[in-house]
Amino acid sequence: MSVINTDVEVTSNEQVAEETFALRFHSPSLAGQLLPGQFINIRVSDAVEPLLRRPYSISSVHGEECEILFSLLGKGTHILATKRAGDRIGILGPLGNTFGYEKDFGTAVIVAGGIGVAPFPHLTRVLQQRAIPVLTFLGARNANRVVTRGLANVHVATDDGSEGFHGTVIQALAAYLDSHEVDRPRLFACGPNAMLKATQAFAHERGFACELSLESEMACGIGICQGCPIERTEGERKYALVCTEGPCFDSHEIIFHEHHHA
Amino acid sequence: MNTSYTLGSMHLKNRVLVASGTFGYGNEAAPYTDLRALGGIVTKSVSWLPRQGNAPTRIAETPAGMLNSIGLANVGIDAFIAEKLPFLREIDTEIIVNIAASTTEEYIRILERLEGEEDIAAYEINVSCPNVKEGGLNFGTRCDMTETITRELRRRTERTLIIKLTPNVTHIADFAKSCENEGADAVALINTLVGMAVNFRTRRPVLSTITGGLSGPAIKPVALAKVFEASKAISIPIIGIGGITTWQDAIEFLLVGASAVQVGTASFRDPDAAVKIARGMETYCREEGVEDIQDLVGALHIDAGTAAPGFVKAREQEKV
Repeated sequence: MSVINTDVEVTSNEQVAEETFALRFHSPSLAGQLLPGQFINIRVSDAVEPLLRRPYSISSVHGEECEILFSLLGKGTHILATKRAGDRIGILGPLGNTFGYEKDFGTAVIVAGGIGVAPFPHLTRVLQQRAIPVLTFLGARNANRVVTRGLANVHVATDDGSEGFHGTVIQALAAYLDSHEVDRPRLFACGPNAMLKATQAFAHERGFACELSLESEMACGIGICQGCPIERTEGERKYALVCTEGPCFDSHEIIFHEHHHA
Repeated sequence: MNTSYTLGSMHLKNRVLVASGTFGYGNEAAPYTDLRALGGIVTKSVSWLPRQGNAPTRIAETPAGMLNSIGLANVGIDAFIAEKLPFLREIDTEIIVNIAASTTEEYIRILERLEGEEDIAAYEINVSCPNVKEGGLNFGTRCDMTETITRELRRRTERTLIIKLTPNVTHIADFAKSCENEGADAVALINTLVGMAVNFRTRRPVLSTITGGLSGPAIKPVALAKVFEASKAISIPIIGIGGITTWQDAIEFLLVGASAVQVGTASFRDPDAAVKIARGMETYCREEGVEDIQDLVGALHIDAGTAAPGFVKAREQEKV
């Protein structure tokens, strides 16, 4: 594996749902080595404002191109949304660990909330190449925000009931599991911390293997700023760093607290 | 063209160091940059015992800057020597260990422990961390405490001794003077400015510690003024820190009186930033016909008759 810290060319940027975009860029070296769950840090502009890079999961790989999914949240994503084919962005990566897709399990159960769907198309493809069954539960605010590209066997839940199950993604998942036989499930979850916390509780209650891909404020992405701690359940060290020890954690490894607003 | 610099007993190949707390212990950034091209690496602060650091949220982006409240998270002296130092000593650059403590005795204990280890070129004493409850800023905002620590450490080491100063004081020059009087080889300034970020939606502070330390390009003008102020008051070298992101920034710090610089927050944006800055400074010197980069130190042109800022004038009168 070799690290990449360079400017790359944007090849396309299209709106795929309400306030949600899929941006592709050309990077054969990243495309050739990226594993499911890893992320990159993007510098959206040469200017010092906004100052920091932003972490993004790689959503999918297409030949020599990589795709990220993002929704409009703040300064960085608004600038990214203006990028057109031929524009350049700075990328640093690949960063972080990977999903435990090589572990022993029967069915991969993907649980995604909002833009937390981002890392799952790539994971889905790798799982399908390995002939592992995939079930996907996708929670969104409403029908206009549902992004299913690259996913398999998708069950949608919306907050307002405008598409699929009316309720949370966890309620949809519980209802499905109560009425279907699923062989040795392993949960892969990504989304807002409140959703991850609920997924963690649900998995522990039912005794399912579960891993959580975390989002965090991050300055560097490589472990030098120490800015992205998540509390660990045991061990001498109180915190793990999301950027280098994550972003994927076993659900038994970490503790969410009230002050996690993200 | 000469970019090297001798500071106390330490020989720097160039004027660019990476700042404490922004470069870990060197190993994390190693894949992204050529560590040998740095003048030196100032380590993440080392305390006697390991420190877990503050609860999240620890960082907040601000206009052209960022706030941090890491809380000196570090592995402690034993693990530093056993696990971090072996990697650092293999790098062909100077290693400056940054020391943080809550009491004068703890500073002494850490320094004495490190005296037994080879390949450490210098100590940078952190008397200016705004993010811990005990020690830190309490030392750095009291001249008498800064003096005591400098004196006690000076008598215990022949290695280069650098005191890192906080800008969160009325006259930073007074503190620089205290360090000079007690035998420090250099002062490094500035550490972060106390700042705060608020989320209007949740109506809560963004950081878990409410306030944090502001860094990045936003603080560069403050840092330039503080280095300028200190340079008028002392004759020991100053290491300039504060928002340095480009080689142009670094040259500006030399002009106002810094003999070397540290690159901090810029490394978060680009782990190769400090090396790019060092190379840029070299190119600038070559293009401008500067044979020794030392010629730029304090070479700021101020037209005759320009009224000096109040703080500088006050000190000059004092000297007379």
